[in-house]
Amino acid sequence: MLDAKTIDAIAEEIIAKMRAGESAPAPAAPSQPRRDAAVPAQPPASRPQGGIAQGEMEDITSAAHKAVPTLRDPADYDALIRMKGRTSARIGVGRCGPRVLTQTMLTLRADHALARDAVFTDVDPAFLEKNGLFSVQTNCADKNTHITRPDLGRQLSGEAVKTIGEKCQKNPDVQIIVSDGLSSKAIEANVENALPAIVEGLRSRGLSVGTPFFIRFGRVAAEDAVAELLGAKVVCILIGERPGLGTAESMSAYICYDAKVGQPEARRTVVSNIHKGGISSVEAGAYIAELIKKIYDAKASGVELKQ
Amino acid sequence: MSDPKTILSVGIDIGTSTTQVIFSRIAMENTAGYFTIPKVSIVDKEVVYRSDIYTTPLLDRTRIDGDRVRDIVAAEFQRAGFTPADTDTGAVIITGESARKENSALVLEKLSGFAGEFVVSTAGPDLEAIIAGKGSGAQQYSEEMSCTAVNLDIGGGTTNIALFDCGRTAGKGCLDIGGRLIRLEPDRTVTYISPAAALVAESRSIHLREGERAGLSDLREVCRGMAQLLEECLGLAPQSALLRAVQTPGSTWLDLTGQRPIRAIFFSGGVADGVYRGLSAGEDPIPYGDIGLLLGEAIREGRLCSAFRLEKGKETIRATVVGAGSYTTTLSGSTITYTDAGVFPLKNVPVLKLSPEEQEAGFAGNAAPMAERVRWFLQQSDSSRLVIALEGEPDPSYPRLKALAAAAAQAAGELPPEAPLLLVVESDIAKALGQAVAARLTGRPVVALDSIHVDQNDYMDLGRPLMDGLVVPVVVKTLIFG
Repeated sequence: MLDAKTIDAIAEEIIAKMRAGESAPAPAAPSQPRRDAAVPAQPPASRPQGGIAQGEMEDITSAAHKAVPTLRDPADYDALIRMKGRTSARIGVGRCGPRVLTQTMLTLRADHALARDAVFTDVDPAFLEKNGLFSVQTNCADKNTHITRPDLGRQLSGEAVKTIGEKCQKNPDVQIIVSDGLSSKAIEANVENALPAIVEGLRSRGLSVGTPFFIRFGRVAAEDAVAELLGAKVVCILIGERPGLGTAESMSAYICYDAKVGQPEARRTVVSNIHKGGISSVEAGAYIAELIKKIYDAKASGVELKQ
Repeated sequence: MSDPKTILSVGIDIGTSTTQVIFSRIAMENTAGYFTIPKVSIVDKEVVYRSDIYTTPLLDRTRIDGDRVRDIVAAEFQRAGFTPADTDTGAVIITGESARKENSALVLEKLSGFAGEFVVSTAGPDLEAIIAGKGSGAQQYSEEMSCTAVNLDIGGGTTNIALFDCGRTAGKGCLDIGGRLIRLEPDRTVTYISPAAALVAESRSIHLREGERAGLSDLREVCRGMAQLLEECLGLAPQSALLRAVQTPGSTWLDLTGQRPIRAIFFSGGVADGVYRGLSAGEDPIPYGDIGLLLGEAIREGRLCSAFRLEKGKETIRATVVGAGSYTTTLSGSTITYTDAGVFPLKNVPVLKLSPEEQEAGFAGNAAPMAERVRWFLQQSDSSRLVIALEGEPDPSYPRLKALAAAAAQAAGELPPEAPLLLVVESDIAKALGQAVAARLTGRPVVALDSIHVDQNDYMDLGRPLMDGLVVPVVVKTLIFG
């Protein structure tokens, strides 16, 4: 596996090349005319062409781009559009002989790149500040360790234990934690709306909420260490899910009553699929608040909680 | 995940010519996986009892005999082995020519004892067309085949037309064309001609008069005229002035402009069997003392059955009653808010639909337009209750949601003290919205439901929450009596 530094280096090299291209006296945008010449007008005429249009790079990973079928001459165009509306799977893409079209391949590669970015980038410190979250780290020293050593991602660093002890309210009814997990983008996309919905939902139900904070390089079970450290009755970690090729912005909430380090995973209750195409972040926040109240009252979570 | 839950639904259809009762079991289940937010859906509908088909008892030509209808319904409950307390939901549909409607309220009152706690009483040609189209299976066909399908529910007095496109209702209409618009003695003496039938006869220069005997060829000609009006209505021939003249008062005009071409056609109602079967040689063409079979024959031989793909649905004569019993109840979304389950059931609550501008003002933090609209609505209608309905947006930010909640909480101030604030949103945000409203409102119950589409002038019935309180059964209707 490439490590983050190698990837950064490659990215910088590419960006440098692109910048050089921009400042140069525009060598007649090489790809566009040739592409248009090679691709005859496709039915329907309104279908947008991939690649560069009017000097702007089209985002081939966007929903709008993917909604357009690349299959030529479908028997029922409207029906195909409706089918595509029901799934994020890559249907109606057509083929070239036994292979997928270049366009399909490029989109797939771009989606994969997005997924990798979601894993390898960090949550923007400005985002954390804006949402009032201080940041601590697990025993993972860097991204590579985070990816390769899940065990270390469950342990708080000595520094983290100290900071949490200083800054956090002790023995709250509910402690909420945010962690990057395997998608920093999921955190940036959802926490801003979900977190206040959860906190206000819990307060309106009469529960005390501890000081929320962010754990860098975290795994789900890091919440157990936090719960023990702070004496929280219920702990809830909002964490980025391992990205797929459908979305890189999916967040989950893992909720546990009386969490203990080393406990079985079955003791957690999970709410997954929080993203634009799944459950919206505000609605998920309200649902999680209600669920936490139920768990608090039942003094049980996971399989011990009768659904 | 919870076990499937079934509720018992009753459908009662009091038509121009026939009265029927069915019972169906509606099964619902949480279809979401264990690790996601619950999603309760209706997973099965099964008709568990079908009554005989009764001739609708009449006091005179147009008025329904409520007492005898009540006796029929009471006997059918008994034969089915159910009591009114067993039914969780359902609908009573009163249909037919508009003159019938005069005593509808009275008839419904007679049936109220059987209607259970949450049975809606409703009618209106548009709604009936959609209900029949769902009951016949046309709607499901259009959804499964991803095509357009039209259902013609041809009863004694009216033809209810519903056009579906991929399962969505794309158009509806109603014409005064039916099998009992001309009634005859066994010797073919005409005992009744409806005004619409008289117009059709006149247009074809056929002389028919009550008290005189009618020739079979003349009756066939009138039926051909009726069939041709249906062809005009579905775009197979230029529309004549006569078509407008036979439009059922109070119904919507079926507008095909902008629609995709019709692919499949379904027939339901009493005349449908005549369309599908036709008349065999030597068969009495007037076995019921009306023109039902002749009309079916005329339609069968006309262009409707050749221009479109003729499909036969699951139900024909029982389409409306099955639709009423099985398809009127829907479920709210599964992430909803209600602060007091005691407010349910709620019946016949009028809907106030916010315009996109009023909604956006709320999202943007300007509460005045919503409150103003609520005040105006309460002044205009004599109702003291209303549902505030809005489209919402799929993924609002929390500040926008809070602003909308504050606007709704302020608008609630226009309601009578302690009246519940009822919010219905199309997008899936009701739990968040309801929670945020409830935090700002004390002493007033808050109900916020989502995944429901309603329009201005609709009415809503909200049943008691089901599935451990996850969902609320909902009936949306366009017209109520009384």
